[in-house]
Amino acid sequence: MQEISIRLNGETRRVAVAPNETLLDVLRGRLGIKTPKEGCGRGDCGACTVLLDGKAVRSCLILAIETDGQSVTTLEGVGKEGPTALQQAFVKQNVFQCGFCAPGVVLAASALLAENPQPGEHEVREALAGNLCRCTGYEPIVKAVLSVAKKTPRRKPATRRKRS
Amino acid sequence: MSQKKVVGTSAVRIDGLDKVTGAARYVDDLDFGPGLLHAAVATSPHAHARIRKIDTSAAERAPGVVRVVTGKDCPHKFGLYMQDRDIFPRDRVRFVGEQVAAVIAETPEAALRAVRLIRVDYEPLPAVLSLGEALRKDAVLIHPDLGRYQRVPWFFPRAGTNIAHWRKTRKGDVEKGFRQADFILEDTYTVPRYAHCPLETHAVTGLFDLSGRLTLWASSQSPFAQRGVMAVALKPFGLSHQDIRIITPYVGGGFGGKAGVSMEIIGAVLAIAMKGRPVRLHWTREQEFMNTSQRQGVVARVKMGVKKSGEIVALEHTLHWDAGASAEYGANVVNAVGLSATGPYRIPNVKIDSVCVYTNMPPCGAYRGFGYSEFHFGLESHMTRIARAIGMDPVKIRKVNAIREGDTLAYGAEMNPGDLEGALDKVARAIRWGRKEKARPHKAIGKAVACFWKAPAMPPNASSAAYLKFNEDGSMNLAVSGMEIGQGFLTVMAQVASEVLTVPVGKIRVETPDTDRNAYEWQTVGSHVTWSCGNAVRAAAEEVKGKLIATVARAKRLKAADLYLDAECVKSRKDKKLALPFRDFVIDGIMRPDGRFVGGPIHGTGMFMPEFTSALGDPETSQGGHPNVHYTVGSAGVVLEVDKETGKLTVLKAALAVDVGQVINPELVKGQIVGGILQGLATALYEDIRYAPDGRLLNPNFTDYKIPTTLDCPVEIVPIMLETPQPDGPFGARGVGEHTMIAAAPNIADAIDDAVGIRLKTMPLTAEKVALALHGIEYDDVKGDNLGFCFRGRPCDYPFDTGGAS
Repeated sequence: MQEISIRLNGETRRVAVAPNETLLDVLRGRLGIKTPKEGCGRGDCGACTVLLDGKAVRSCLILAIETDGQSVTTLEGVGKEGPTALQQAFVKQNVFQCGFCAPGVVLAASALLAENPQPGEHEVREALAGNLCRCTGYEPIVKAVLSVAKKTPRRKPATRRKRS
Repeated sequence: MSQKKVVGTSAVRIDGLDKVTGAARYVDDLDFGPGLLHAAVATSPHAHARIRKIDTSAAERAPGVVRVVTGKDCPHKFGLYMQDRDIFPRDRVRFVGEQVAAVIAETPEAALRAVRLIRVDYEPLPAVLSLGEALRKDAVLIHPDLGRYQRVPWFFPRAGTNIAHWRKTRKGDVEKGFRQADFILEDTYTVPRYAHCPLETHAVTGLFDLSGRLTLWASSQSPFAQRGVMAVALKPFGLSHQDIRIITPYVGGGFGGKAGVSMEIIGAVLAIAMKGRPVRLHWTREQEFMNTSQRQGVVARVKMGVKKSGEIVALEHTLHWDAGASAEYGANVVNAVGLSATGPYRIPNVKIDSVCVYTNMPPCGAYRGFGYSEFHFGLESHMTRIARAIGMDPVKIRKVNAIREGDTLAYGAEMNPGDLEGALDKVARAIRWGRKEKARPHKAIGKAVACFWKAPAMPPNASSAAYLKFNEDGSMNLAVSGMEIGQGFLTVMAQVASEVLTVPVGKIRVETPDTDRNAYEWQTVGSHVTWSCGNAVRAAAEEVKGKLIATVARAKRLKAADLYLDAECVKSRKDKKLALPFRDFVIDGIMRPDGRFVGGPIHGTGMFMPEFTSALGDPETSQGGHPNVHYTVGSAGVVLEVDKETGKLTVLKAALAVDVGQVINPELVKGQIVGGILQGLATALYEDIRYAPDGRLLNPNFTDYKIPTTLDCPVEIVPIMLETPQPDGPFGARGVGEHTMIAAAPNIADAIDDAVGIRLKTMPLTAEKVALALHGIEYDDVKGDNLGFCFRGRPCDYPFDTGGAS
């Protein structure tokens, strides 16, 4: 076991992990973070999506030990101050059904909008292609993301932001 | 009926915020503290084998292991409609992946490591891996004790064979009908097995507490049915209904796969083995594919005779189903189809044989559509082919035969209301039927229109109940046991209560099931809960309404007939100034001038049972019973682009019209249509289950069993809702949910034929098959023996022989 320190949803958390433990298992089993779900355990479904330093990744394919010193955002850390515009759109438009894919979809779509605030439909579909949903037929998800993008004021692409 | 205010509006889902914020908890998200134990199961590598000996000694000695459980500890069978499934088999295994033992350990890793140390001495038996082998006269018997199994009275197993059930429906005289026909078409259609693929796999945590009560937290569509099945199967442990409690938080998708009981009963016996400590069992994706239930494969022979006018005069429909190693639930799918395989058509002469056959394949059960998707593939393909053959428009032939209210169904009962012809017109218009679309280079465009119908398949006494109570602030709790599996059940029930009581939907909390605390519900299956539980909720709300009015009438000495509810107040038609807000009296009552109070906590209950149904039709003809409550009818159509070089299929437009009786929430119905269309198209286009010749499932994961992604959607979807009221439904509503995927496969087959003149009769209808067919290679040979083992060899050669059984 080795202790790692991660910035989890804005708070520093230390936890002892075995070298073969996945980030998903550590989040769910040790840190009380239950929104990343295990749908397949092999990177196919995206239900375990978290943001690692702002990038959407599958926490079932990442070893916890690799994330030492990095920032991890899960759905628990999104909309702490109240639901984000994206979450509000998802609620208002009755997007999700069973909701099991929702944490992954919200994070993947949030990462997309942070990177590219005004994506086109194909960009949204590409960005969410790794998040399986068996209920909705995806159409309401894509529409909701686009409705938020439409309302976002234009600004320079995120990639040109100054790095600190 | 007065103007409806809440029913018919797109109320925001009451579980919406829970789900996008992560507040929603699913079974495996619940915490049970450091005392939680973890289980893993050892499974059979053989499709059929005798168990000589199970040696668990090494596993028991492994670090972290607390207990190992085998069939010796629970030698019982279970099942919803027939008790033919082992909790843990003692003498023989019947499919690859069947559980033979379980390890309970302090950590999941310790359990998994120890499972590998279990040594089972098997004597392999000849495995029955196709319908042909299963139905041979000298077939190896998978269930030699079939004749002794407990079952419902409407199942007819043939002891001494592999036939678990045979539903026969006979109406008129088919031979005479075929003699009257101007044209007869007969052909065979094959549908392989499919997997449900809910994103959440099955999960259960069980606690057998020190007082001897068993509580299970399960991912289930059927908490009460589970309790019922377990009360029977676990009776030898001294348990009855009162000792078993099932709690179901949010469920991450069901699609029929979480109906009835599968792995949950393993969780129950493991908990019983570890009195005082909770035990967790969580299926992997691979186990989800192999050891819950799959959709049954079927090979179907359709023989239909029509007049020149297009009028159908006779239908002979024979279906042989691959039920797998147990038919405790799947036989009811077979039963449902045996009653309804005419499709939504008025046919005077009918002969249906729907035969449920055991094989050494994984067990099958309910799957969205409950057999109707499977039989519609052949039947609706046939309708289009016959229309083309007699030079009639495929929409017109459907309208000529479309079933109407009052028509006599194949089993003798009367058809309920429903506007099938209206649905056909609307779909035809949506896809611009009859108009040839211009294709891009190397592409061809085809169109198709099909009909569908489906009834809930329920025991005649399947029922619902509801408890409704007020809180001090005028908000309410509604305790029902229909399951929110994504369809929006909680919201729809709140809308029904809201319509009666004027309490806003957002102020009604609808609780997920707990069999100790919530009202009874048979199961959340068959697209029936909006109708059935909706009736119970409406009755409960009416009772509450009566108490609200009676309380005010008594306290204020007014006539109840003058009082009504509006905007969360009791108001009077006689005294415009009277408006008593619910929150002022629903708990604390109303003070009279002398200081005494009138009233008390206001609550109501409601129940519903379809008292007109009966499953006791004649076994040889199905005449005389009234097995189905009602059918929901509709039509679907597609515009399909076919790449003439690669066979690639792109759905340009999909339209679907369904007569839901009364829309309660348009956005949620639309959600069922859009989601169901994609699930249906996936079974038609990509999902492709494969087994090795020894009965091993080869693709139990999403890498190799493809379900659609955001990039695989139709370019455009047109959802259409019709409203011909259902007289016995809540505000006239009928169910909708399964219906939306039923017509997808015949739509694609017909559109491929329309585009490039190729008729595929074996699902799935992949680009690969189209490409091969375009190059002159017969598609039937493509997968050879590999087709989910419905048959060996070419489907058209399948003999439909039952080895002398009748």
